[in-house]
Amino acid sequence: MFPATFEYHRAQSVKEALSLLKRLGDGAKLLSGGHSLIPMMKLRLAQPSHLIDIGGVRELSQISEEGNKILIGATVTHSEIASSPLIKQKLGLLADCAAEIGDVQVRNRGTIGGSLAHADPAADYPAAVLALEAELELESEQGTRTVKAQDFFVDLMTTALRPDEILRRVVFAPIPQGAGYAYLKHPQPASGFAIVGVAALVTLGKDGSCEKVRVGITGIAPKPFRATAVESALTGKKPDSTALAAAAAHAADGVDCLSDIHASSEFRAELARVYTRRALERAIAACKP
Amino acid sequence: MAALPKFIGERVRRREDPRLITGTGTYVDDIKLPGMLHAAVMRSPYAHAKINSVDLSRARNHPGVIMALSGEDIGDKIGSLPCVAPAQHVPVHPVLARGKVRFVGEPVAIVVAENPYVARDAIDLINVEFDPLPAVVDVEKALESGAPLVHEEFGTNLVTRAEVTSPGFEKAMAEAQRTLKFRLINQRLTPTMMEPRAVLANWERGYKQLTLWSSTQIPHLLRSQLADMLKLPENKIRVIAPEVGGGFGAKLNVYPEEALCAYLSMELNRPVKWIETRRENMAATTHGRDHVTYVEVGFKNDGTITAIKAKFFCDMGAYLHLLTPAIPGFTGLMATGCYKIAGLSFEQNLVFTNKMATDAYRGAGRPEATYLIERTVDMVAAELGMDPAEVRRKNFIPKDAFPYTTPVGLQFDSGNYEAALDKALEMVGYQKLRQEQAEAAKKGRYIGIGLSTYVEICGIGPSALLPPKLKGGGWESATIRIEPDCKVTVLTGTSPHGQGEETTFAQIAADAFGVDVDDVTVIHGDTAVVQYGIGTFGSRTTALGGTAVLMAAQKLQDKMKKIASHMMEVPPEQLIFTNRTIALASDPSKSIPLQKVVEAAYGYKQPIPGVEPGLDANAFYEPSGCTFPFGAHVCVVEVDPETGVVKVLRYVAVDDCGKIINPLLVDGQIQGGIAQGLGQALYEETVYDENGQLVTASLMDYAVPKATMVPRFELANTVTPTHINPLGVKGVGEAGTIGSTPAVVNAVIDALKPFGIRHLDMPLKPEKIWRAIQQAKQTMKG
Repeated sequence: MFPATFEYHRAQSVKEALSLLKRLGDGAKLLSGGHSLIPMMKLRLAQPSHLIDIGGVRELSQISEEGNKILIGATVTHSEIASSPLIKQKLGLLADCAAEIGDVQVRNRGTIGGSLAHADPAADYPAAVLALEAELELESEQGTRTVKAQDFFVDLMTTALRPDEILRRVVFAPIPQGAGYAYLKHPQPASGFAIVGVAALVTLGKDGSCEKVRVGITGIAPKPFRATAVESALTGKKPDSTALAAAAAHAADGVDCLSDIHASSEFRAELARVYTRRALERAIAACKP
Repeated sequence: MAALPKFIGERVRRREDPRLITGTGTYVDDIKLPGMLHAAVMRSPYAHAKINSVDLSRARNHPGVIMALSGEDIGDKIGSLPCVAPAQHVPVHPVLARGKVRFVGEPVAIVVAENPYVARDAIDLINVEFDPLPAVVDVEKALESGAPLVHEEFGTNLVTRAEVTSPGFEKAMAEAQRTLKFRLINQRLTPTMMEPRAVLANWERGYKQLTLWSSTQIPHLLRSQLADMLKLPENKIRVIAPEVGGGFGAKLNVYPEEALCAYLSMELNRPVKWIETRRENMAATTHGRDHVTYVEVGFKNDGTITAIKAKFFCDMGAYLHLLTPAIPGFTGLMATGCYKIAGLSFEQNLVFTNKMATDAYRGAGRPEATYLIERTVDMVAAELGMDPAEVRRKNFIPKDAFPYTTPVGLQFDSGNYEAALDKALEMVGYQKLRQEQAEAAKKGRYIGIGLSTYVEICGIGPSALLPPKLKGGGWESATIRIEPDCKVTVLTGTSPHGQGEETTFAQIAADAFGVDVDDVTVIHGDTAVVQYGIGTFGSRTTALGGTAVLMAAQKLQDKMKKIASHMMEVPPEQLIFTNRTIALASDPSKSIPLQKVVEAAYGYKQPIPGVEPGLDANAFYEPSGCTFPFGAHVCVVEVDPETGVVKVLRYVAVDDCGKIINPLLVDGQIQGGIAQGLGQALYEETVYDENGQLVTASLMDYAVPKATMVPRFELANTVTPTHINPLGVKGVGEAGTIGSTPAVVNAVIDALKPFGIRHLDMPLKPEKIWRAIQQAKQTMKG
């Protein structure tokens, strides 16, 4: 499989990458881990005339903690996220999700920024990023703007990123003490991508009722989404099996589900309900009072 | 010096592995020749279309492009691709389409360029005007009147109809107290070998000699067929199969690109390489299976099966490849499995459709047979409310009935089917497992236990059984040379491509001459070096090729004993080979070093009466019959009723492949085979849509099982030797695939028994199971 001709540029800094992006225009694509873009180029589904490699930009490859925020650079790999002590301790849901992506080689090369910017509707990360209410820093030569995760994903493989912007960092608030979480996935057997992926995050109040519920769902629709109907149905309720089942029943409400040879839209919707209930059950079981 | 051990029967590690693991083996794509050009193939995007015109002008003018050719340019300069198996309608099969395309992926034009990037770019510059035609995709609808015709000249899509009815079939069916009728689909599969196809052709003008490297299972047969297609003498073609990364039967074939690269190299006087991409591999390398079968089984109330009647619709695809129409025959003939069933009648309809051709794929007709009979036995058990193990015992061919002649005349060499089943059931703890299953059911858990007791046909066989048009029979060849330094070279006519015969054949030769396994080198896959051979397929390599090695060794032993007899002054029949010596059988301390005998043969300073100088011997082994390996597999699954997900909890396999040369390699073959059979049961399916578009066109959509999707295997063997060959071996390359598919499906259906589900077609994907459960719940409510 041979890609069409392209010119390769290696940026040393975000500034240089932004300047190249502006200069080279529509035909330019950013290259990070290359695990989505390169296969598409080899299949000639993507034929960018320029690749701007940001893999060597150091400022994009850091995980840091600033104040009450955890900042993850765009080129941090899935395996770094899965194994980082800081992320395991404070953003365990994201670490668990990262560990479910692809295989070892994919996790060693693929990056969080690349995955989010590519916006494959079956990618794992968006579920966790939505449930964690992350914010994404987008930078252009005009400056930096911050977009909430739920506003970032626009449609099938389409995000709020403008052509002259780079997704620089993903910003998270740490998971509160005592909160429970889980990422559950029904993988497509050939690709390993999610037919359904559900990230659930629950905080219980002193009385044992659900204080805060966040559910991010990937795989079933053209774009990942927060299952707000599930969240509100459970918030304030005691999480018994009836309440969980009733809340999870809303997982695919109003969603126009995808359909392919691996799962029909009807089955995807059903899997979303089942996996949402199970993810919530696990999250609640992991809550510490 | 310590005594050398015997190697046959030992877990000798594969001698081919270090180079494969360290990336120091040589595959076709590793070979780079000076001046080498690269080819790319433009393929049909349509399942069925008229070709109005092919415009290559832009491609030809593209910088770096050396040549571009269409089917009309080739004309009759390259002959039709061969199908050697008999069929009523055998279409012309051009290397590049002419007039019409008949499947997605059919080659339309070929471009040769200075590098593979330019060749690929040029493909996009070819302008073909297609006139799309309605496609025929469904194997049964293809036979309805008014269906689009794949080949108009035949006036039908029927390739051949074959009918076989055993003597006394009607009587056997009449003796049945009950009958069951059902329809089974054995879905189309994509072989998915690790290394796609690969070709490098080099025409040496001065020598008028063509060397063709190809990732093939059959270097000699390929040479013979290419000689026909290219009108070259066989001794002017050298085919080399270097390292070959798997084939599973799909490289037991002759493909357009092999002839095209050869032709282009001859035209251009430069080497031409073509490496298949994975997408091409999925579309344009032969597929496997693809049968729809209507089964009727007659049986008695005690579980005795009296007769089986089957009507097959076998999808051949658009063209007939080398053995395409021969494969379903094995399914029909083996349909009674390991059971003493008095009557068998089958009708096979072989059908053209607008899809890639099917041909041999690991098991080649026998997995389909085993699936048919093993599902049938479970259907009978379910109908009678009997334990499926008991129905099997009731019907097994008893161990004292061998050699056993089946109702359609196959001669089973040896077997002890109940012993294999007993062992498997003991290993899995069958009675306890059934109790656990019942306990789990009370807790709303759906555990299923599936059995499969299979017999298959290997080592085919007497040459008369092979297609008359095949240049070559069922025999196999070997040459053994003992070199002047006492090292042993084995040349085998087989073409191992992952099976490990560089190790097993070395074990056979080492024991024959009393040398170390590391003293032996096994050479294969080069027609200029190795005597004519048939190749590696159908689990034949050790049973046939191994026997040829043994026979050649025996000839050489006889010669060496004569020399030693002369030197030691004892009769040759009293001598044996042991520990790098030739010794007196009655007193091995009286011996002569092998090296001395070798020196005498090569040095020949003292002529030995009646013995020529040198040390090599050659043997061609023609078997007197086929071998019939068998076994019992038990699969335990749990089905998640909410999602339809199947989890394999345990997998026990007891296989009997006769005597075992290397238990480690037998385990490996069984493990890989089970993984592949499990893939068919749960995941794999080649999907064409209603327009004949290939939907599973990449590994993003075609699901082969990965390591994490395969359970831990609990393996064992029983050993029932065959009398057919002196090694007593039967063959094991396909057994795992043949035995496993029905075991997994039977387990899943067993798990779904509480829902009243009797059958689901493969692959047993979660949605299919979930829907069946939903439907069953509705029915139960109703």
